Amino acid sequence: MQIILNGETISTEETTLEALLAEQGYSNCSVATAVNEAFIAKKEYANTRLHPECVVEVVAPMQGG
Amino acid sequence: MSLTLYGTEFQSRLLLGTAQYPSPKILQESILASACDIITVSVRRESSREKAGQHFWRLLQETQTHILPNTAGCRTAKEAITTAQMARELFSTDWIKLEVIGNDDNLQPNIFALVEAAQELIAQGFKVFPYTTDDIIVGERLLGVGCEVLMPWGSPIGSGRGLQNPFALETMRAYFPDTPLIVDAGIGLPSHAAAAMQLGFDAVLLNTAIAKSGNPVNMSKAFALAIEAGRMSFLSDPIEQRDMAAPSTPVAGTPFWLETP
Repeated sequence: MQIILNGETISTEETTLEALLAEQGYSNCSVATAVNEAFIAKKEYANTRLHPECVVEVVAPMQGG
Repeated sequence: MSLTLYGTEFQSRLLLGTAQYPSPKILQESILASACDIITVSVRRESSREKAGQHFWRLLQETQTHILPNTAGCRTAKEAITTAQMARELFSTDWIKLEVIGNDDNLQPNIFALVEAAQELIAQGFKVFPYTTDDIIVGERLLGVGCEVLMPWGSPIGSGRGLQNPFALETMRAYFPDTPLIVDAGIGLPSHAAAAMQLGFDAVLLNTAIAKSGNPVNMSKAFALAIEAGRMSFLSDPIEQRDMAAPSTPVAGTPFWLETP
């Protein structure tokens, strides 16, 4: 299926947020996520099912004012 | 001389932004030179290839400062709330510098969405630092929904124009005598920061004026000194302005003085 990850359309066969993050190389990274504009806590990654056209945001600390 | 924000005491009255420095090393040196206790940070999309955020996160941890994440760039209450939730998990803090931008040209806060987001975030246990205007009615609303700090702009973000409306800021200080007030945005020079402190503001938050200066490390020290000077001035009950001159040297006994016939 196709989903949108950080603004880019990608193809994935993973069906949970946890598996997607591992597939995309975010394992062991300090990141936070939102799916379809809703925050998903770390403890919910394994239970969060992905669907075609899901919009996933993966963010990390960045410089800011 | 300490500053208390949401029950935590700090020595420094300078809150320092972490963006736009020439290098991570200069950022670290600037933080040290300013002796600030609180730094602001943000969250942005992380590339799994570059992992820029992971490097920055390690640098932040080395600074041993209190972290105040922001919601910079958010344009709706919903965006700001979700960003705050992500920041809380990332940085393990319930502090959030709440920004909801209403206009791309002057980055003015959308005060309606700001109040809406603040109310929801406080209900979720956040300690909200709202980036707002100098409008006292908006300030009242923000305090009414549970904010314990107000952060009015001095002038538009990054403009370096200083305090565009000192009268409004002075009014705000008088209207909210017991609320910590922090001038956030628009500061360009140490004298601007000193002026804010002389008005009785509790602290100043700035970024660009230090980061984009020719010597950020020295400039951060300059700002720290100016903020301390401004605070000491405020506490020392400055004299009132006069329209006419008043000699400081005693007039009595002036040599060669003769009474005019």
